[in-house]
Amino acid sequence: MSAEVPILRMENIGKEFFGNRVLQSVTFSVMPGQIVGLVGENGAGKSTLMNILFGMPVIQQTGGYEGKVFIDGEEVHFQDPVDALDKGIGMVHQEFSLIPGFTATENILLNRESTKYNPVVEIFGDRFETLNRPEMKTRAENAIKRLGVDISSETLISEMPVGHKQFTEIAREIDRSKTRLLVLDEPTAVLAETEAAVLISALKKLAANGIAIIFISHRLQEIIDLCDKLIVLRDGRVIKEEDTKRTNVRQIAAWMVNRDTENTKEDERKHTDKSQNDTIMRIEHLWVDMPGETVRDVTIDVREGEILGFGGLAGQGKIGISNGIMGLYASGGKVFLRGKEIKLNDPDASLREGMAFVSEDRRGVGLLLDEGIDWNIAFTAMQVQDKFIKKLMGGLVKWRDDKAIDECTREYIKSLEIRCTGPKQRAIELSGGNQQKVCLAKAFAVDPDVLFVSEPTRGIDVGAKKLVLDTLRRTNEEKGTTIIMTSSELEELRSVCDRIAIVNEGRISGILPADAPAEEFGMLMLGHVKGAA
Amino acid sequence: MSDKKDKLMNFLADCAVPIIFIGLSAAAIPLSGFSATYLVQEMLSRLARNSFLVLSLLIPIIAGMGLNFGMVLGAMAGQIGLILVTDWAVVGWQGILLASIVGMPIAVVLGYICGAVLNRAKGREMVTSYILGFFINGIYQLIVLYCMGNIIPISNPQLVLSRGYGIRNAINLMGIRHTLDNLIPLKIGTIDVPVATFILIAIFCLFIVWFRRTKLGQDMRALGQDMAVADAAGIPVERTRIIAIIISTVLACFGQIIFLQNIGTMNTYNSHDQAGMFAIAAILIGGASVSRATIANVFVGVILFHLMFVVSPMAGKQLIGHAQLGEYFRVFVSYGIIALALVIHAWKRSRDKIEARKNLRGDAK
Amino acid sequence: MEKINKFIENAGWPRIIIGLFLLALFAAAPFVGVRLDTSISDTLVRVGMNGILVLAMVPMVQSGCGLNFGLPLGIIAGLLGAMTSLEIGIQGSIGFVIAIAIAVPIAAVLGWLYGQLLNKVKGDEMMIATYVGFSSVALMCIAWLMLPYTNPTMIWGYGGSGLRTTISVEGYWLNALSKYIYIQIGEFLYIPVGMFLFFGLVTFLVWAFFRTKTGTAMTAVGSNPEFARASGIDVDKMRTVSVVMSTVLGAVGILVYEQSFGFCQLYMGPFYMAFPAVAAILLGGASVNKATIVNVVVGTFLFQGILTMTPSVINSIMQTDMSEVIRIIVSNGMILYALTRKVKVKR
Repeated sequence: MSAEVPILRMENIGKEFFGNRVLQSVTFSVMPGQIVGLVGENGAGKSTLMNILFGMPVIQQTGGYEGKVFIDGEEVHFQDPVDALDKGIGMVHQEFSLIPGFTATENILLNRESTKYNPVVEIFGDRFETLNRPEMKTRAENAIKRLGVDISSETLISEMPVGHKQFTEIAREIDRSKTRLLVLDEPTAVLAETEAAVLISALKKLAANGIAIIFISHRLQEIIDLCDKLIVLRDGRVIKEEDTKRTNVRQIAAWMVNRDTENTKEDERKHTDKSQNDTIMRIEHLWVDMPGETVRDVTIDVREGEILGFGGLAGQGKIGISNGIMGLYASGGKVFLRGKEIKLNDPDASLREGMAFVSEDRRGVGLLLDEGIDWNIAFTAMQVQDKFIKKLMGGLVKWRDDKAIDECTREYIKSLEIRCTGPKQRAIELSGGNQQKVCLAKAFAVDPDVLFVSEPTRGIDVGAKKLVLDTLRRTNEEKGTTIIMTSSELEELRSVCDRIAIVNEGRISGILPADAPAEEFGMLMLGHVKGAA
Repeated sequence: MSDKKDKLMNFLADCAVPIIFIGLSAAAIPLSGFSATYLVQEMLSRLARNSFLVLSLLIPIIAGMGLNFGMVLGAMAGQIGLILVTDWAVVGWQGILLASIVGMPIAVVLGYICGAVLNRAKGREMVTSYILGFFINGIYQLIVLYCMGNIIPISNPQLVLSRGYGIRNAINLMGIRHTLDNLIPLKIGTIDVPVATFILIAIFCLFIVWFRRTKLGQDMRALGQDMAVADAAGIPVERTRIIAIIISTVLACFGQIIFLQNIGTMNTYNSHDQAGMFAIAAILIGGASVSRATIANVFVGVILFHLMFVVSPMAGKQLIGHAQLGEYFRVFVSYGIIALALVIHAWKRSRDKIEARKNLRGDAK
Repeated sequence: MEKINKFIENAGWPRIIIGLFLLALFAAAPFVGVRLDTSISDTLVRVGMNGILVLAMVPMVQSGCGLNFGLPLGIIAGLLGAMTSLEIGIQGSIGFVIAIAIAVPIAAVLGWLYGQLLNKVKGDEMMIATYVGFSSVALMCIAWLMLPYTNPTMIWGYGGSGLRTTISVEGYWLNALSKYIYIQIGEFLYIPVGMFLFFGLVTFLVWAFFRTKTGTAMTAVGSNPEFARASGIDVDKMRTVSVVMSTVLGAVGILVYEQSFGFCQLYMGPFYMAFPAVAAILLGGASVNKATIVNVVVGTFLFQGILTMTPSVINSIMQTDMSEVIRIIVSNGMILYALTRKVKVKR
């Protein structure tokens, strides 16, 4: 093996996004016919690494990358994905990039159709060549056959089960005669177990034919079954490179989430015991239909005055919980606040009962980007609680009290250190961190009993991060506000929360105190329910 | 079983509009008291007159750009060709050919402009192309009403307004009138059949069938369904969209020339406006939607639309004693059908979005 | 220099070009034998006539329903009010008030239905609005023929039934607003203060509405519907309210227009009336999803100024009537600019 030249070698890869380091001296190589598993938490840097490999424009636009990429021992600089394709690197994305009204054949050969010459070409160019349908069918069927699955080449994508769509997409990469390295980003996430098994055997077959594969997945057992070796990324570094035969699920989970807890210790607060506190909110069999974050069956009690964390991997449903309770997505089940049942699917009702929400989708849901900071902060309180309203003509006209809004906004700008030119500055002009502070101020303005905070530190710089988390803690301590915080960053949850519930596949897989060992959390995240397993 | 039922329901829903119109016509024809031969003759000549224009709408629909309200640009190009040919006194089929040759480059330029503008307004192509039609109409008037006769020399005094420049409101196309229709004379009983025009239309249909099988046609179908995926697969999206609009504009230019040679007179400042509206109403009545249209839709639509067009004033008169009423009913139907088709399309789209979300739902209860 | 740049940026090139063009027209007027005072008073009268129709764009734009190409719906309600008032036959301002009193509820009902429809077709409002406007005009054409009005000044002389295409309001409520307070300076300068006061009053009401809780909610719905929903706002209801407001304003607007113009134009009259109003508000600096009262006033003045001045001045210079063509190019060019602009900003 050692005499062979690796098909791909990435050396000392590093990447910064606006001063935010996401990758640091990542080095690894892939041999022809080798299957490499790539694992790591969300945000560990997997996607960025693959984006660099594919020369995605986003990398160039944000200042390029450090380190070197070698294909067959030669250094390459891909300017865009087409260059990567030319070198024989294929990618199957998480979202299907298939055209629903086309047949499997048409999708597999999209923009690489076989064509026939006709005289019109002489005048109008190559695009007027006619399609060679029989040849296309043969090519598509060959590609499907190499995968070892049974899909009719004439089926429309829209009529296929989800697993077949995935196979069609892989077949598309296989049809490129040049493809020698295939990257699959969570290909089994949407598949049923039997389908996943078929896919895994198909991939093994491909590898036997000499195609190298990089396989990204959160299902660790699959990684162990399929891959020759695995690479664990954490915080942008390669933590471990190991032969899959010499490891097990538990060990991998520990690698993924374990950190040197020393440097975060001082940041950690003392956890007062709140286990005796009354229940303020009771969630029973909640389901939420939020695309990509489906909640299936969640039951949990929230104690008065605690900070409860919801953690888990992306797409498992942790974000759906708060969105569902606040009425933003269709939901069902029962939610009680202080024993009183909350009407679901009605944001107004949830707000009126004294709950507030800081959305993870800051720009989409959280802010009025084209309006000033003042409106952003005051709007919800004004609409729900009639704050900042002057009643004219005996309450017939509810006049907006711009002066009160201005005063209140100035207060929040000061207390949350929002960097801006004044209360009238439009939200779109603020940086991510300051936008997040505005979102928090909006929630504080309604003075909630229960505050939902979803991904409060996503995409903001370190300084703002600390301020946001400190503010949440202070509000909890000083006002006794119960806070339910959702975050993809386990460390963040552990530093702020009293208890952390881990969500997996739309259900709570376990609730642990924040100071439980990281490894336990890791196992829960990957769906290994304690006790049940 | 339910699947079959669903399919039947879908089929009926797709055909709802034509079925309603068949019903309306069935009721109105006996009321109007027109003879069968008269109606057949009318339908044949109207089919020859309008089909080409309506067919020009197909390609942008394939490319996912909706109904090309910008086809009036092509109609204007064709009219400029006709004005010039009339001035040069080229008559017969040669005149038609020359008008097409003159109109084509203008249509290509206008089509390019239209395509480029629409690329800046993705997702609202229809309203933009509609307004663009009005805008270019202003420029057309500027040229025809003020530039022709002084900057662009027009020698035939019969074309020019009495003030010395600008084209008259109505132009007599005696020189080319019916020359295409009568190129190959055929008479069945008392009915004239415009054979040559139908041959041209047939060729055009074959072109569209063939075109859908080319690489370019396949690319258009792909980006019509999902622009992002097509783009990711390396299909040059913007360029392909511009080509789709250029083809449509050029064909509309030919279509307008065929239309006017049948009519025999040209309403310099109005003909193109109506061309767009009638063509779009016709294709929709034929059962097409904003995102899906076939050649069959075109012919069914032209026949049904014009059947109603011919019959409704008489039916209105017989029924209520007001010919004007049928006239207004006709106008109402033309606009109403477009409004209805747009509403159904938008409503379907938002429903599909909800359906798509449901698929993502997984097995949540 | 910086100030100038800032001004240009704020005002936007199209407005500056049109503004300078209008200024040049006013400046050139005396030299080609067009009286400046007549021109100014003509422009002002037209601003007063059209102002409320332009104002009718504001609520729908603010709530995110886009430009109200469905304005003919409101105009139809206004015309029904006008016809019924004429039929009753009360003269003077009371007749005008009756017309408004009849038109407003009709407009509210039509607007509510229209709002329900637009809520079903989010994202495609403008094209559908255009054709809903067109088809309602065509439908009303049939209605004008059939409705049982009997006032002989309104119906066709021969058939004995069916309304005329153009109906004079003279003898009923011509200048119902304009005649009360007006300033007549010399022979030619005439300012209809009464009409302006009414325009001012309606404008004030709209302005005040957007300062209330509901108005604020409406603006937020237009700015970011998801945000509004998360704050407990019923988005569809807000949109419906805005459509009702726009339609009612359209109805009132056409009545103000008619009392000054002197005629009601039925049948295909309302057909293209949305386009000048849309163009005017865009010319005033509004975008497809943001419009203010200032946009209305500035836009109406610029647009009507051009419409008044081009026939007189340009025609005197070039000895030809190009005003129609210029109107088409300017108004549609403006709409086109607005439609293609927003997408660019989004990227």
